[in-house]
Amino acid sequence: MSFINLRDKIVQIKIVYYGPGRCGKTTNLEYVNRTYKKQIASEMVSLKTHGDRTLFFDFLPFDIGKIKGYDIKIQLYTVPGQVKYNATRKLVLRGVDGIVFVADVMEKQREKNIRSLNQLHENLQLYKESIFKIPLVMQYNKIDLKEYGIPILPTAVLQKDLNSRLKVPFFEASALAGYNVAATLKKIIFSSVISIQKKLL
Amino acid sequence: MNYGIVSQDQLEKIDAILEEKLVKLGVDCAIVIDMAGNTITAKDNGTSNYDVYSFAALAAGNFATVDAMAKLIGEQEFSLLFNKGQDSSIHFSRINDELLLISLFGRDISLGFLRLNVVDAIDQIRALLV
Repeated sequence: MSFINLRDKIVQIKIVYYGPGRCGKTTNLEYVNRTYKKQIASEMVSLKTHGDRTLFFDFLPFDIGKIKGYDIKIQLYTVPGQVKYNATRKLVLRGVDGIVFVADVMEKQREKNIRSLNQLHENLQLYKESIFKIPLVMQYNKIDLKEYGIPILPTAVLQKDLNSRLKVPFFEASALAGYNVAATLKKIIFSSVISIQKKLL
Repeated sequence: MNYGIVSQDQLEKIDAILEEKLVKLGVDCAIVIDMAGNTITAKDNGTSNYDVYSFAALAAGNFATVDAMAKLIGEQEFSLLFNKGQDSSIHFSRINDELLLISLFGRDISLGFLRLNVVDAIDQIRALLV
């Protein structure tokens, strides 16, 4: 749930990047942090293991300016993707306003994507949220691997696997190269702001 | 309280309580956050310069983790959450199911005295939010 400070006219919006291990959630945030460094006042916080795997979450706050006189503060989080960390994934989802589901387009990751999305559905129910109602954007990441001859899933297959019932906006992306990272972020910010406005009216 | 929106009046009263009970005592910074990691309000002594937003995100994560560990060993909660440093220390306290009070303080305040004031502050904030 977003927090709205009526005195200081600030709206804080929590956006979580969710997906299976090594799909590129942290890479998305790192790209945003690197590219928009000048607009980001805070340091990116990463709680990770020695092997650079996310242990708890990454956190990146930034301002996007004003909407109707209210300062909008976006707070990006990632969850740890590894299967064993579901308890921490649940904690990070608390109070979420919008979700980017990052799917790994590598063929061998097909099942992991589906499992992760199913778990997201279950985890949201803990907070009485529905995956069908919460602002959600799909990102099919690592599309650049195609150039290296690594077998990847066609977007049509990913859409069928992950988005046939949800029917949410989706992007093919390469978090490493930055392709469609900003587009994904813009879309989820837009959907989240609209959703919050609807709740308030 | 309609959680998610705190009225101007409530915020000002919470600020006044933090000022009176904690900042006057010598606390460097007192922050009220919610369990999702949002900053509700922060009051400091004018000299501290913390990144309150990152702090809130980490504090909420930390509190939630410790809370989950308590439940794993059959405890309702750990009542004292306190990190002691060389020059600065942090004290965490639950206000209600949604809100946390965090106090950052230096060496010149005793933990016992701080805890007494935190209890008072929390009672007053709870009364506001009913």
